[in-house]
Amino acid sequence: MRAPMLTRRRFSKGLGGLVLTFSLAPSSLRAQGALLPGGLNNNRTLDAWIRIGLNGYATVFTGKVELGQGILTALAQIAAEELDLPLARVRMVSGDTAQTPNEGFTAGSLSVETSGAAIRQAAAEVRAILIELAAKRLNAEPRTLTVRDGVVTAPDGQTLTYGALVAGVNLRREASGHVSPKSQAHYQIVGRSAPRRDLPAKVTGAAAFVHDMRLPGMLHGRVIRPPRYGSTLESIDEAAAKSIPGVVAVVRDGSFLGVVAEREETAVAARDALSRTARWKLGPRLPDPGGIFEHLKSLSSIDEVIGVKESPVLAGGRMFRATYTKPYTAHASIGPSCALAEFRDGRLTVWTHSQGVFALRQELAKALRMPMTAIRCIHAEGAGCFGHNGADDAALDAALLARALPGRPVRLQWMRDDEFAWEPYGPAVVMQLQAALDPEGRIYNWQYELWSNTHSTRPQSTAGNSLLGAWYMSEPQNLAPPQLAGGGVRNAIPLYDFANQRILHHFIPEMPIRVSALRTLGAYANVFAIESFMDELSYAIGADPIAFRLAHLKDPRARAVIESVAALARWRPGQRGDGINGRGLGFARYKNSQTYVAVVARIEVDRPSGLLRIPEMWAAVDAGLIINPDGLVNQIEGGIVQSASWTLYEEVRFDQEGIRSRDWLSYPVMPMTEVPKITVELINRPHEQPLGAGEASLGPAAAAIANAFAHATGRRIRSLPMTAERVKTALG
Amino acid sequence: MAINLRVNGQIRRTNAKPETPLLYVLRNDFALTGAKFGCGTSDCGACTVLLDGEAVRACAVTVGEIGNAEITTVEGLGTPDKLHPLQQAFIDLQAAQCGYCTSGMIMAARNLLRHTPRPTEKDVREALAGNLCRCGVHNRVVRAILRAVELSGRS
Repeated sequence: MRAPMLTRRRFSKGLGGLVLTFSLAPSSLRAQGALLPGGLNNNRTLDAWIRIGLNGYATVFTGKVELGQGILTALAQIAAEELDLPLARVRMVSGDTAQTPNEGFTAGSLSVETSGAAIRQAAAEVRAILIELAAKRLNAEPRTLTVRDGVVTAPDGQTLTYGALVAGVNLRREASGHVSPKSQAHYQIVGRSAPRRDLPAKVTGAAAFVHDMRLPGMLHGRVIRPPRYGSTLESIDEAAAKSIPGVVAVVRDGSFLGVVAEREETAVAARDALSRTARWKLGPRLPDPGGIFEHLKSLSSIDEVIGVKESPVLAGGRMFRATYTKPYTAHASIGPSCALAEFRDGRLTVWTHSQGVFALRQELAKALRMPMTAIRCIHAEGAGCFGHNGADDAALDAALLARALPGRPVRLQWMRDDEFAWEPYGPAVVMQLQAALDPEGRIYNWQYELWSNTHSTRPQSTAGNSLLGAWYMSEPQNLAPPQLAGGGVRNAIPLYDFANQRILHHFIPEMPIRVSALRTLGAYANVFAIESFMDELSYAIGADPIAFRLAHLKDPRARAVIESVAALARWRPGQRGDGINGRGLGFARYKNSQTYVAVVARIEVDRPSGLLRIPEMWAAVDAGLIINPDGLVNQIEGGIVQSASWTLYEEVRFDQEGIRSRDWLSYPVMPMTEVPKITVELINRPHEQPLGAGEASLGPAAAAIANAFAHATGRRIRSLPMTAERVKTALG
Repeated sequence: MAINLRVNGQIRRTNAKPETPLLYVLRNDFALTGAKFGCGTSDCGACTVLLDGEAVRACAVTVGEIGNAEITTVEGLGTPDKLHPLQQAFIDLQAAQCGYCTSGMIMAARNLLRHTPRPTEKDVREALAGNLCRCGVHNRVVRAILRAVELSGRS
């Protein structure tokens, strides 16, 4: 039978019974002791990561959270493998400021590398401790014992279960780093496509998301935002909203405005009523969208030079130059941001789909002027976020509403237009490239200049407050100017071997439009530009684009993915586009340190309408040791589809009055009918580190599409997205 | 005045006003959280449910206009112990990443299979063109629906 209400107890079932405190090694310890793998180096106590229950089940604690990328399944696989437990006997607890290690943000495709490495080592050490104890009790040598499904067996056939052993051990001890995890040759669970643990609930309608939580006595909240950034609330007729039966409170703090009601639809109606009567003093006008890139370039910047290679410059040769642009792009989560908050006895609990509950807690403490110790943030899943969307802002919104009604949990959900108009977008970027080729057609000089805002205004990224609601409170806390950093140069340094190169990054602190981390940060724009330009250069000298790349690339793993995708897509060197059909390649190693991906796209150009179709795409992927092959393929495919959508359709629309993308009609994304057929080939490297792959395919996919268009038509589109209008202009 | 609704084979009662969107009543009054709020404007399909077997957007139908029609939500298709072939196929083919759009996808597919029991891939894509997915699992969804057709054919 389906439980009628999701209670707090059920939502955190099993957690309450565990010990809620554990020792996190203070940072002063970091310098001492061995360097431990991944996040274990910062949180060195075994029971911070793994505990074994008397029932023989393992509970694994991770600071990383499920964003729909399947990470909790992959991490459970790693733990089960090292512990020799069935996957079903591993429980995961993630992203809870009261229970889990602080592992920063779940971002940057790092979870397998950091949390996975920590869990692997911690699990191996826990297993070794249990084996050692079992050996004593069974009077056997540790190396003669075998373990299967949590049962330790001695050569004479005697057995002991983990459950029986665990009472005799104390896992509150520092990891030694002296236990070696299993050899990959013995893997039974890692490397297989374990089914996602969260899907049965999601396909049957069980409460799976923070949006689905229903706490006893819960109220429903909505917020009312101004027409544009920086506006202040001059007056509001609260009576109109309060006269609606079921409205519990109108909450105002300066220019922050929200409403709480007994029922959700009442909160929505009250939001409409308040929107109609609110009088705003409008903030500064936005830049002219037609001149946005010139505007950004005109702003003052902090400049840094990176990736310099120098060797004697040749005389002669041919110079080439091109400029590319990428617009503001929305995360556009399918589910608008949501949070639950409850104030009780001076303490605040927030359930949130934030990517970083610890940083969020600090930011909330600042905004609410509360001690951090009085706040607990607990992760609960949201819709796929793809970076820093409205999740953290919604958490503060919910907290501000709940603070007005102590003892009553408040569920706050943004409406669709809240999310589109107020989320921090992926920044607009200008990329300018210049290269010189020697008479043999080799690039001997590569100059790259890019102009970009920061790609991160996440909580704790500046000395100010990153949470939207804080900017509008009666004592506003604003975002402080971001520091030079922030991911704009991600993948700005090409992996190719050029004798001379220089990358000049114009970091623009001023943000006329709100921006932050969107999947890949700068890598999507940089790879699009680098790989488009490589293609332009290859055509300029009449070389095949793949042969041209390989001629500049020594890294054998990079070469392997390019050669593999060429074979997979049956690439024919020298094949010419016919004005309608074309193929293009894009390649990158994500962050120059993670997964290698090469993508080929096939495009069809409908010349009269300017509409592009991508019937088919292929990808070859090297993510080192593969943890979950189908999960990896799913991430690569999903990245390709999202990139295709960004590349063909997506651009945040605005004018000087405000943001104009407010719904799915003003911000269209790729529909089912346009999604290409995708074939992915994985190159497993069992002896290499497992690498993050969640963001690896987006840049290469964008470049492959743009290059396929150029191959088909002989014309190049250098400004994204590749809309019908731009296609028609390019075709003349 | 209370309104009675027929939901997944049961009579359920709500005190919501007649103009209340069905979505809020399903989620908040009946704890049927499968249908999701995505846009409130019928553009995304995350709230798709069946009304007398036909797919509707629960955000755009009010409880006052439903009358005696039978409402079917994803909870009414199957349970974790006894999955509907569509649900089984979505799990088997990992046809989800975040899963927020999944209930709506499954219900739109249920509607398609009622009218077109043996759809082509093109039929599936067109039938689900109004169901948006941001994670990019579209091709897996198509394969899962075609797999469900196979599973149903065998049983």
